Amino acid sequence: MTARDWLEEIGKAILLTVVVFTYLAVVTAMLGVYLERKISGWIQARLGPKHVGPQGLLQTIADTVKLLQKEHITPRQADVLIFNAAPVLVAVAGLLDWVVIPFGRLGDRVLIVRDLNIGVLYFAAMASLTVVGILAGGWSSNNKYALLGGLRSASQMLSYEIPLAMGILWVAMVAGTLSTVGIVQAQSINRWFLFQAFPFGFLAALIFLAAATAEVNRVPFDLPEAESELVAGYFAEYTGMRFALFQLGEYAEAFAMAAMATIMFLGGWLEPSLPAWLWLGLAFVAVVVVVLLIASPHMDAVDVPPPAPGSTTESVLESAPAGGPAQSPDYRIPHYDCTLMVAIARSSKPDARGPMPGG
Amino acid sequence: MPEARCPGGELGAFIILSLVTLIPAVVVVTSGNIVRSALSLIPTFLGVTGLYILLHAEFVAGIQILIYAGAITVLILFVIMLTQGGSGVRIRQINEQVPLGAMAAVWLGFLILLVVFRTPWQIDATSVPQYNVSSVGTAFLTDYMLIFEVTSLVLLVSLIGAIIIARREE
Amino acid sequence: MPPNVVVDWLYVGVFAIVGTIMAALPLAVVWLLAPRADLPQKTLTYESGVIPFGQAWAQFNVRYYLFALIFVVFDVEVIYLYPWAVVFRRLSAFAFVEMLIFVLILLVGLAYAWRKGALEWV
Repeated sequence: MTARDWLEEIGKAILLTVVVFTYLAVVTAMLGVYLERKISGWIQARLGPKHVGPQGLLQTIADTVKLLQKEHITPRQADVLIFNAAPVLVAVAGLLDWVVIPFGRLGDRVLIVRDLNIGVLYFAAMASLTVVGILAGGWSSNNKYALLGGLRSASQMLSYEIPLAMGILWVAMVAGTLSTVGIVQAQSINRWFLFQAFPFGFLAALIFLAAATAEVNRVPFDLPEAESELVAGYFAEYTGMRFALFQLGEYAEAFAMAAMATIMFLGGWLEPSLPAWLWLGLAFVAVVVVVLLIASPHMDAVDVPPPAPGSTTESVLESAPAGGPAQSPDYRIPHYDCTLMVAIARSSKPDARGPMPGG
Repeated sequence: MPEARCPGGELGAFIILSLVTLIPAVVVVTSGNIVRSALSLIPTFLGVTGLYILLHAEFVAGIQILIYAGAITVLILFVIMLTQGGSGVRIRQINEQVPLGAMAAVWLGFLILLVVFRTPWQIDATSVPQYNVSSVGTAFLTDYMLIFEVTSLVLLVSLIGAIIIARREE
Repeated sequence: MPPNVVVDWLYVGVFAIVGTIMAALPLAVVWLLAPRADLPQKTLTYESGVIPFGQAWAQFNVRYYLFALIFVVFDVEVIYLYPWAVVFRRLSAFAFVEMLIFVLILLVGLAYAWRKGALEWV
C-alpha cells in the first residue's frame, strides 16, 4: 500500500464514522427514546408524546434542542476533568460497538464498517469499556447517590459480562469463527443458531439476552439506576448535553446488543424468505422491543402520591423513595420521566430549595 | 498474505502510538490524584493495543482491551475506593528516595538498552507471523497442553488467595 | 487489496478519535449557546435538597473488590475459551476433555467462592 492508499482509507474511515455516529444519534437515541416513550405509554394506557410533530414524532428532536441550551452545571466538589471525560468515553464505547455490526447486504457487498477477525471478542471488549466510563462518571460527581449508582452499575455489568461471553462462546463454537460476517454465513449453511442443537441454541440465546439486558442496565436489571432510592444512579449530577451523551452511549449499546442477538441467533440478513433488509430490520426491531421494552413500563413505574398544592418538583421527588403503597395508582412516572425530573429539579434548584437553615 | 509495506506510515503510527502510551503513563506516576492515575492507565493500555496491532497480533490486542482496559482498570478503581480515608485524598508520588530511585532507573534503562543493542534481531519484512485465533487455539490444545492445564491451576490459586486475603480484611 | 489487520484496526482507531471529537462537539455548542449563571447553591452537590454533608469519596465495602477480583479471574478463563471454541470442531474429542478439565478446575474455585460467601450481594 502506498501513502495515497493509506490516506484514502483514513478518509473513508472518517466518512464512515460520521455516518455511523449520525445514525446512532438519530435512529437509536432519538427514535429509540421516542419509541420507548410511545410504546410504554400504550402499554400503560397513556398517549405518550403527541404534541410536537405528527404523533409526537419530533418530540425527541425538540428535547435535544432544549438540552443543547441547558447550562452545564459542574458540582463544586466534583473532579472536573473526569466529570467531563466520562460521558464522552461512554458515548465513544457505544459507537465503537458498531464497527463490527453488519447492516445488511448491497449487491455482493456486506454493509459493515470492518469485518474484524475477532469481531465478537472485540464486541465484548467494547462492552467492558463502558463500565469504566460509568464508574468514572459516578465517582467524579462526588455525590453519594452517583457514586453508589456507579459502583452498583459497575459490579452488575462486571457480573453479567461472563454470561454474555458464554452466550457469544456458544455461537463461536458452532460457527467456528469469531467474525460477525462469518457467523451469519455459517447460519446460511446450517439453520439459525437459535434452533441449532436444540435446546442449547435456545439456552444460549436466553443467556445472551438476559446478560445483555443486565449489561445495559435495563429493567428488570435496573437496580443501579434505582431512581426511587438513588435518584438516577451514576448520572444524578449530569445536566444538559452531558446527560444526553450518557443516554446516547446507553442506547447505542442497547441497540448494538439487539443487533448482535439478531446476527448471532436469528441468521442476520441471510433469511431466504424475505428480502435481506426487511428481515434484518424486522428481527432487529423484535429484539430491540424485547430488550428495551417488554416488562419495562410496568415494572419500571414508581408510585408517587399526587403532588400537594404548592409543592415543588423536588418535594415530589423526595416523597418518591418512601416506597409505601401509592395513594393514587394513576400517577405513575416511568423511569426516563423521572430522570428528566431530576434534571428539571437540578436546574430549578436554587429557587426550589426554599428557606435554608441559617441562610 | 502478499502485502506491500509502507514503512513511513508504520513508523508514523508507531510514534503516535508510543506517545499515546507514554504520556498518560507519565501522568500515572506523577498525578497527585490516585483515581486520575488509575484512569490514565486506559489510554496507556489502548496505546499498547495499537502496538500489538502493528505486530498483527489481533487476538492479543482484543485481550488487551478486554482484560486490561476493561477489567483491570475497574479492579484498580475498586481497590482505590477501598483505601482508608477514601479516594479523594491527595497523594505524593515522590519522597526523599528520589536520588536512589533515579539511580536505579538509570541503571535499569542502561541494562535494557544493552540487551536491545546486543541482541541479533532477525529483521525480515517478508515473514509476518500469522497469529490468528485458531492457531492460538490449536497450539493450546496440542503442543502446549500441559501448560494450558497448569494455567487453570494458577487461576484457581489466585482466586482462592484473593478470597482469603479479602476475608481477612473484612 | 488483501484483507489487512492493520487497515481493519485503522478504522477502529479513526472511529475512536473522530467519535471523541463528534461526541465533544455538542459540548462545545452548549458552551456557546447555554446560559451561564454562577449561583453558589447551584454547584452544591445534589442530596435531595438537603445541605450536603461530608464528601462522597469515602471508604467502600471490600465486597466490591472481591467481586472485581473474581470477575478478573473468570474473564481470563473466558479468554482461554475463545480460541478453544473456534477450533474445537476441527480437533479430536481429546481437546474437549482438555477443556473440560480446565473448566472443572476453575469450577472448584467458583464453588469455594460460593461456600465462603464471596458471591453474596449484601
